[in-house]
Amino acid sequence: MCDYVIELILLGGLVLSALWAVLSPRLLRSVLALALASIMVTLLLFRLRSPLAGVFELSVCAGLISAVFLSVISMTQPDTETSVNKENRERLRRYWYLPVILVLVGLALCRLELPNFPLAEEIGGSVRDVLWNVRQLDLLGQIVILLAGAFGVVVLFKEWRNER
Amino acid sequence: MSGELLSFYIAGIALTLISGAYYVVVTTSLVRTIIGLELVTKGVTLAIILAGHLTGRVGLAQSLVITLIVVEVVVMVVAVGLVLSAYKQNGSVDTRLLRNVKG
Amino acid sequence: MLPLLVLAPLVGLIILNLPIKAFNRTLFAVVGLVLALGQIALVWANPPGFLELSSPGGLVLGLVEDNLARIMLVAIGMALAAAIVVGHETIKEESRQRSFINLILVSMMGMNGTVLLTDLFSLYVFIEITGVASFIMIALHRGKDAIEGAFKYLILSAVAGALMLLGVAFFLLTAGATDFSSVSGALAEGAPHPGIARVAMGVFICGLFVKGGMVPFHGWLPAAYSTAPSGVSVMLAGIATKVSGVYALIRVVRFVFAQDPAVSQILLILGILSIVVGALAALGQTDLKRMLAYSSISQVGYIILAVGCGTEVAMAGAVFHLFNHAVFKSLLFSNSAAVEQQLGTTDMDQMGGLGTKMPITSLTATIALLSTAGIPPLSGFWSKLIIVAALWHAGLHGYAVIAVLSSLLTLAYFLGMERRAFFGKVTPAVANVREANLVLLAPAVLLALVTIGLGLCFPYLAESFMVLGRDRLW
Repeated sequence: MCDYVIELILLGGLVLSALWAVLSPRLLRSVLALALASIMVTLLLFRLRSPLAGVFELSVCAGLISAVFLSVISMTQPDTETSVNKENRERLRRYWYLPVILVLVGLALCRLELPNFPLAEEIGGSVRDVLWNVRQLDLLGQIVILLAGAFGVVVLFKEWRNER
Repeated sequence: MSGELLSFYIAGIALTLISGAYYVVVTTSLVRTIIGLELVTKGVTLAIILAGHLTGRVGLAQSLVITLIVVEVVVMVVAVGLVLSAYKQNGSVDTRLLRNVKG
Repeated sequence: MLPLLVLAPLVGLIILNLPIKAFNRTLFAVVGLVLALGQIALVWANPPGFLELSSPGGLVLGLVEDNLARIMLVAIGMALAAAIVVGHETIKEESRQRSFINLILVSMMGMNGTVLLTDLFSLYVFIEITGVASFIMIALHRGKDAIEGAFKYLILSAVAGALMLLGVAFFLLTAGATDFSSVSGALAEGAPHPGIARVAMGVFICGLFVKGGMVPFHGWLPAAYSTAPSGVSVMLAGIATKVSGVYALIRVVRFVFAQDPAVSQILLILGILSIVVGALAALGQTDLKRMLAYSSISQVGYIILAVGCGTEVAMAGAVFHLFNHAVFKSLLFSNSAAVEQQLGTTDMDQMGGLGTKMPITSLTATIALLSTAGIPPLSGFWSKLIIVAALWHAGLHGYAVIAVLSSLLTLAYFLGMERRAFFGKVTPAVANVREANLVLLAPAVLLALVTIGLGLCFPYLAESFMVLGRDRLW
């Protein structure tokens, strides 16, 4: 158990951040918790021999997405900042199931008897090889979806700024 | 990787997924729905990389995750655009006010 | 030739978006139309073949072009052509029309990619592309209802995507790769860890169920179809949901999962549920588009039922019904667009005696509705006949009976609607409408001719739909 203290801390941190994100009544705290969860995931990815994916996750999820959320919150300011007491109690009533479910499921899963996996050798080429040579269609897909996103921004955002 | 650690990983992934899914279903704010979606995506990312780590196909798993992140970002941006348009129309991001369209 | 189908729209997209003043909205529509119709022509002219793109590393990418893909490509071309024409006539604002065509081209790329690929993860990527294009298009006019419909669709689609990815993760664990042949290998007889592979399969398929709008995961569908602008509904209902959900299901269940018995059983149950629930729900609708949406759910149920049955004949019936459904749903939504444009509403309570005022629209709508209900000699009759016959032959008598009864139910509500809306007394709202203009009518008329033609010529064309079961290209 002492071998993988780091992983345990990171996994625990991930679950706690997720829980915080869900339960927090303040939206800003929620977004912060999401960013924290992203950082946990990034570090876990590093531990799982996936540094490139980790860096991507960090810059995009912890960075870009948090920035987007923060701007959304600022643009919908009057509505999302209210946290009246009555609403808090109502929230709690709806949300208290979650920690219970999590604890039960977590305990059940942690007790699973799983076989030991020896550290598998890295096969199948490095990320650069794979991405450029094998998964070219995915790259094409990425380009297309970014285009779609650009059109989406045009349709959804363009006049909004003017009308505002 | 020892079996015990693996079970902890699986527990972590499952709990993240459950939290995210619960959030999506239960919340009354459009913005929070998107946060829930992001949590689910994190769980899935971790699952794919874990699978890659266990089988040694680290390069493939990372390529999948990179593509996945790009796709998810675009989906999220569109979602945010819709939320902002909804806010402009309704003055609120409360989902309870959006029960107009049945089904 | 094959990558052309995915790259051509991309090139078109780039050209159309160059900042040249002379490009007006009609040019956009024409280019889109050329690409869509060109796709149909391309498939017609080329014999089937398997294209391999080999890469420096010696690994092989697969793009496949078997009969299933060819039929889908033709259907995609047709539905998109109809959507482009309808969009051109109903979306008058310049910049919106341009965005519309741009997004149609994106969805064309997404759908072409989906039907041509041989990799589970790439399937996910291209399905998401189609999805993103759809969400944006639904919210094109940024009306209150449309945004809600688009958001519901988005959330459910994203959750479904996550399910598919979980399946991919499990497959990665057992198969070591995500392309179809590796995954089939992992599910085959002697493979290690069959349990995990089966779980993966189940999870992946659940994701596809949500994307395809099958009961009980159909919650987003009526909202999305009815709140979308007319041209978008044509595309959405006509082909996008079919490709994302149903085609993917056919491809995966048949070719990759080798018609696993547990999966087949689930498909049979979900299929029959979809048929019945869709038909019953459609009865109670007063809005034309919502009724058509529930009717779609019902028809997709027939396709899933046939896929669950699994015999060669059943598969042929399923694909034929898929094609037919693309034709008559595009047709019906084109009609709905015409009615909406002339009448200003899609509320069926306000429609009466449309037949006298909009004769061509009513005629083509009637043809489509009869085809949906399975009346000979229209194409819908043949596809339903094949499906029911296949079910009977396979010993699934109960399912066959329910399918036939539901078909009668479909006929009942369609005739009821026909009588009220088209042939009844002329209501005040209808008194001043005229027939829609020629351009808007063109897709409706052409699609109606396709339905009639296919129905009459079916005995000669049966071959093209039948060779599905025997193709296994990897």
